[in-house]
Amino acid sequence: MKKSKTSIGRRGFLKGTAAGAAAIVAAEPLAKAQRPSPASGTAVIPSATALAAETSTIPAAIEVLTADRPGSDFMVDILKSLGFEYIAANPGSSFRSLHESIVNYGGNKSPELLTCCHEESSVALADGYARVEGKPMAVMAHSTVGLQHAAMAIYNTYAARMPVFIILGNTIDAETRRPGIEWYHSAQDAVAMVREYTKWDDLPISLPHFAESAVRGYKIAMTAPMGPVVLVADSDLQERPVAKEARMKIPKLTLPAPLSGDSGAVAEVARLLVNAQNPVILADRCVRSEAGMKNLVELAETVQAPVAGGKFPSRHPLSQAGGRGLLANADLILALEVPDLWGTINSYRDQQIRTYRSNIKPGAKVVSISTGELDIKSNYQYFQRYAEVDVAIAADAEATLASLTEACKRLITADRKRAFEERGKKLAAAHDQALERARTEATYAWDESPVSTARMAAELWAQIKDKDWSLVTGGASRLWNVEKYYQSVGGGGAGGLGYSAPASVGAALANRKHGRLSVAIQTDGDLMYAPGVLWTAAHHRIPLLSVMHNNRAYHQEVMHIQRMANRHQRGITNAGIGTTITDPNIDFGAMAKSLGIHGEGPITDPKDLAPALKRGVEIAMRGEPVLVDVVTQPR
Amino acid sequence: MRLFILLATASVLWAQAPGPASAPAGNAQNGKKIFESYGCYQCHGHAGQGGAGARIAPRPIAFAAFTRYVRQPTGEMPPYTAKVVSDQELGDIYAFLQSIPQPPAAKGIPLLN
Repeated sequence: MKKSKTSIGRRGFLKGTAAGAAAIVAAEPLAKAQRPSPASGTAVIPSATALAAETSTIPAAIEVLTADRPGSDFMVDILKSLGFEYIAANPGSSFRSLHESIVNYGGNKSPELLTCCHEESSVALADGYARVEGKPMAVMAHSTVGLQHAAMAIYNTYAARMPVFIILGNTIDAETRRPGIEWYHSAQDAVAMVREYTKWDDLPISLPHFAESAVRGYKIAMTAPMGPVVLVADSDLQERPVAKEARMKIPKLTLPAPLSGDSGAVAEVARLLVNAQNPVILADRCVRSEAGMKNLVELAETVQAPVAGGKFPSRHPLSQAGGRGLLANADLILALEVPDLWGTINSYRDQQIRTYRSNIKPGAKVVSISTGELDIKSNYQYFQRYAEVDVAIAADAEATLASLTEACKRLITADRKRAFEERGKKLAAAHDQALERARTEATYAWDESPVSTARMAAELWAQIKDKDWSLVTGGASRLWNVEKYYQSVGGGGAGGLGYSAPASVGAALANRKHGRLSVAIQTDGDLMYAPGVLWTAAHHRIPLLSVMHNNRAYHQEVMHIQRMANRHQRGITNAGIGTTITDPNIDFGAMAKSLGIHGEGPITDPKDLAPALKRGVEIAMRGEPVLVDVVTQPR
Repeated sequence: MRLFILLATASVLWAQAPGPASAPAGNAQNGKKIFESYGCYQCHGHAGQGGAGARIAPRPIAFAAFTRYVRQPTGEMPPYTAKVVSDQELGDIYAFLQSIPQPPAAKGIPLLN
């Protein structure tokens, strides 16, 4: 395009007016108001402010434009010393210096930066990682708006008692904030909005302070009951150079041994357990390691007690389906890290007049061993209804298993041993019968379209049973053989949707170095919160087979609206309004492809499942993420 | 105690609440349609196989018991009163449930063995 004769070249303008820059700065407001807008197609005349910034003759001695050793480099030293393998983040300017230090100074290794498309995904990804690896992943979040995005996932993580280490960018000093956006993205107490559901936070004002608080935060996150911690990394602290003479020290990290139950209380529980006629062990969140699973098996076998819930080998004769029958006959319930004990030993009826009744018989003893009582806050009601118990031990249940087993062994007489053997035979028979019932139940709707969840589970099991598999989201079928603690990773603590997809990617990442086949049973509503995490999986080559449990609805909510319509005796055909995900149906296979991963489906005919899942397993086994969209029955 | 007796009496009355003694001649095709539109499938599955709710097909319970429970459920199921579902429509749904065939035996399905 031919330039207008009136246009002024930027370089030429600068050359001609530099000498008068200071005077122009002083006159800027008035001058700006009087200056006409540049005509279209002409060069923009730089403002006086910009001009002054580019041309002012500040003495070289104080014009510092570079920093050889920014504070964020030292922060990377700290992250490395704490052994973080990964740090998940959606980029944000409040931690730009730390971001740069990680990828350049730190070589993008230990921690490696994981690019996330949403802060909620970053935190949930770290949650899933912790469930498999047993230690925190670091997360960077961007000040106000980034933490707001992350908030739900932090709450989920807090309720689940998972360790996550969050570094929050922020700019405290108003004098150094960039005008405009950085003010929107700064807060005087940035962590305030999530403090009610984090274990600890701090705002270090020096690098030694940052080092000490980082180590302290890691220790707090990893001490049961575990939980998320937030450490504010002030942007000035990140960007200012470390003085050459500064002696920077990173304190030594020593994790405390998990709290085992008081020996006297453990002895009392052992006495109850050995003498009980029909004890039941509720294992819920008890097990978090292979050793923990082994110890739980040993305890159950020692007293031949049935185990319901939690991580326990599914084919073990003492593995029982739970339910009211098991509890109704129990004279002792041993609850190990059960977050909703009241809701377990009572049944609640959600009718117009809400009622409840006990699931246990009068006189049955209830024992709780849990760290849940060691860290309870007030506002958010994650701690559930108060449960009456006979013995309460505020301790780590997994860490107490071995001493409880030994205490039981000391009390077992020959008579009790015979009684245990008899009980064990009955429980083994009940286990076999329950398995047979589950097989029969799976046959119903076997050939239906949409595909039954039992059929989908059976088809999936056939493809993975000979691999070293790990179910990273969703519940394992009763017909599956769960033997390892990592084969049933578990789910989000507070039930916030949008958790499962990123958590499964995080768990799959943890499984990657162990060579395990990660499998997710992924619901549609959850994935639609932040599907960008599929791209994260593709970008970082995280092998994961996601099998969609696609019932084309927020199905729990469908049922809630139906309940209300029935209760109000009107419009019972309208429950799908606002709750279903149809018209148009989402093509998850195509969506997966658009995000860079292999996609299959939608599969509506159960006969098409086996070949698609077989292909999916092959792809995941060679190190890539893959999604198979299965249109399913509601549940 | 008085309250307990009153409640117990009411419970007996519910249990004996008269319903159609036998299933009316239902229209299975219409039953299938309203099984979907009235939301039965949500808890019981499209083929009545169960899910969040109990399995109700094949071989549903007797029609009188079926009607009594639908109208006045004693568990978690939301009530379907006569104001929103007629007796005839219940008969249609029942006919649909009766029409659902038995599944193959588990022993005949290799994936379940």
